[in-house]
Amino acid sequence: MTTLTPTKEILPPPTERITILGWMKKNLFGSIGDTILTFAAGAFLVWLVYSIGHWIFFSAQWAAVTDNVHLFMKGQYPGSEDWRLWLLLYLLGLVVGLSWGIFLKRAETVGWVLLIVPIVLAVWIWSLGRQSWMNLLLIDVLAIVGYFLGKRYPKQLARPTYIMILLYMPLVILLVRGFGENGFLKLVTTNLWGGLLLSLLLAVFGIVFSFPFGVLLALGRQSKLPALKTLSVIYIEVIRGVPLITLLFMGQLMLPFFLPSGIIIDRVIRATVAIIMFAAAYMAENVRGGLQSIPKGQYEAADALGLNGFQKMTFIILPQALRAVIPVLVGQFIGLFKDTSLVALVGLLDLLGIARGVLANPNYIGRQLEVFAFIALIYWVFSYGMSYGSRRLEIALGVGER
Amino acid sequence: MTFKESDHGAVPFWRDERYLQIIIQIAVVLALIAIGWYLINNLLTGLQNLGIPLSFKFLSLTAQFDIGEKLIEYNRNNSYARALTVGLLNTVKVSFLGIIFATIFGIIVGIARLSKNWLVSKLAAMYVEALRNIPLLVFLIFLSTSVFHKLPRVKNALSIGNFAFLTNRGIYVVWPRVAEGWGVYRWFLLLAFIVGFIVATIKFREGKRTGRMPLYWLWGFVVFAILAVIFWFIAQIMAGQPLRLDFPSLQGRNFQGGQSLTPEFMAIFSGLVIYTSAFIAEVVRAGIQAVSKGQREAATALGLSGFQTMRLVIFPQAMRVIIPPLTSQYLNLTKNSSLAIAVGYPDLFAVGSTIINQSGRAVEVILITMGVYLTFSLLTSLFMNWYNKHTRLVER
Repeated sequence: MTTLTPTKEILPPPTERITILGWMKKNLFGSIGDTILTFAAGAFLVWLVYSIGHWIFFSAQWAAVTDNVHLFMKGQYPGSEDWRLWLLLYLLGLVVGLSWGIFLKRAETVGWVLLIVPIVLAVWIWSLGRQSWMNLLLIDVLAIVGYFLGKRYPKQLARPTYIMILLYMPLVILLVRGFGENGFLKLVTTNLWGGLLLSLLLAVFGIVFSFPFGVLLALGRQSKLPALKTLSVIYIEVIRGVPLITLLFMGQLMLPFFLPSGIIIDRVIRATVAIIMFAAAYMAENVRGGLQSIPKGQYEAADALGLNGFQKMTFIILPQALRAVIPVLVGQFIGLFKDTSLVALVGLLDLLGIARGVLANPNYIGRQLEVFAFIALIYWVFSYGMSYGSRRLEIALGVGER
Repeated sequence: MTFKESDHGAVPFWRDERYLQIIIQIAVVLALIAIGWYLINNLLTGLQNLGIPLSFKFLSLTAQFDIGEKLIEYNRNNSYARALTVGLLNTVKVSFLGIIFATIFGIIVGIARLSKNWLVSKLAAMYVEALRNIPLLVFLIFLSTSVFHKLPRVKNALSIGNFAFLTNRGIYVVWPRVAEGWGVYRWFLLLAFIVGFIVATIKFREGKRTGRMPLYWLWGFVVFAILAVIFWFIAQIMAGQPLRLDFPSLQGRNFQGGQSLTPEFMAIFSGLVIYTSAFIAEVVRAGIQAVSKGQREAATALGLSGFQTMRLVIFPQAMRVIIPPLTSQYLNLTKNSSLAIAVGYPDLFAVGSTIINQSGRAVEVILITMGVYLTFSLLTSLFMNWYNKHTRLVER
């Protein structure tokens, strides 16, 4: 056996120096073909940016959008009751700020974007002479305050934050709908709900209420009992095999027949039921994916500890299974939010329905491009924001690392 | 040592899991039957009271409405059943063409996202992210109202040479039409196809035997193409030109000749293709990235060229990951084609909804529509199961 004689000087590994030119050579002009591609793509990009920019600032007429911002945001919701929606948004700002401070700790780029967007919006709305700008700024301030509070006192504030998150949904229903004929918190019937408000409510109801059904269906599909298993499989496969639009039409046209005569359910709730039924089947498949990712040892360990079936599921299996599918669930939520636009086809006035209504107004004839660009941007911002947030959450929770 | 049951005391049947399981199942099934019976009873009596009892006999009544686009003969005196068939064929047409084009675009964009060229990969990423985060319905209505119905009038149509004319009434493109020599030529084509197939099979067998697999499908295709060209001239001498190009031309107020594509079809077709291609691009990208880096390095170490690495090592392994989500995208595209109702393309669902408005037979029509879509999806999952069994990793 020979021994290695150590050299006197150990040379450090060569370091790669990255210069701008070097980076460009490597990533843009690697070969002749690459160079041609780069120029073609660059020319296309310049043309795209120029024509879109030119359209936005010079040829588009934004009156159809700016005149109807309140319609796009909340439909026919009475202006005197606006404070309820603002109150919910203040709370949302606070909760988001708190959870950001407590769970994610660092203020990342997206955090700053989230903070800056309302300020820009507020300035813009202020320049239009509207009253909403102060409210927007207030939401922002609450979010910032929440963030610093959450970062400063994470231990003490964690529990109240959880409670606020849990109570937020019931509070939304209570405040948006109201009760009683008149006076404080008077009833606002669902036919007055519209615009972004309705789209968001449908998506949130859909995901929240489909969640328990989806988990039950997933457990049913995994179950050893043949009758339960068959029923779950039939439900899941039938719903997943048909388009959402047929379910929505079924809700509007067939549901009234299924109920005893005399009972009338309003259209928004019928659409919500269809969306929940639809979402539950997809939710079940996603949860099943999570259940299948749990190793057998976990079940056996729970059995060995003497837990019964219910305890085993709630304390051992489901917490792990659900954590594993968070990204998929966010993806589903985004899909559901986009799918709520289909209720416009059954005559509800969600964001798309309002857009079609505005375009039917003779004052705004031929302004399709502006209106659709506006609502597409709203859908895009929400969907992209959610997918970005879920990626951050994934990293924070360490999904796939443990 | 054996235990007698009396040693422990018999487990009472209400705590015995075997009995409990059966009891729970019977209870659930009974409850569901009761609820279902109640709901269906409500439905049947409700329909009876309205004077439209549940029956499918109305399908043979005359439809009395026109359909703009049809693949089979249809007029307003035909039955509802015929109208639904026209709608079904339109659904199949747009889905089939949509799947083919979405796959092509999706693969191009997916590979572009993995390109070493920074600008190209960022452009592809922009395309995907822009489309994935807006609702398809908004995109479709946008295409229909702001693109295809905003094209110039027939008089000043946008033209691409003599080959295509873009107008707000539709798009007219040059199209091959069968001519006098077709009767002979189609048999020649069949012959060319058979010969090409045989050549491909021989090359494939040879590859199996020697272990050096040639591009057998390319061999088959080239043989087929060469024969097809040779036969073309033979057929032309024997019976005249087999196919003739039909150019669209402005005659009076509208274009004649060529193949016309309505704005409705173009809106739903291009909408589905562009939208689905963004999703397929992600599927393709994920599939290629799922092949471990070592495979690529091993292929390079064996001296395979870039193209060979892709064809022989990366792609076959990526396919196993790609195919299942890809089929689910195909299924999504087919189901999404039901949004054609928003742009006025008469697919199955749009025709069905016209029938509902006209005859009031909501329950029957919705059941038929759902049944058709369900059949599509069941066929697809049958294929999926077969494919998964076929390509499963066999571990030793």
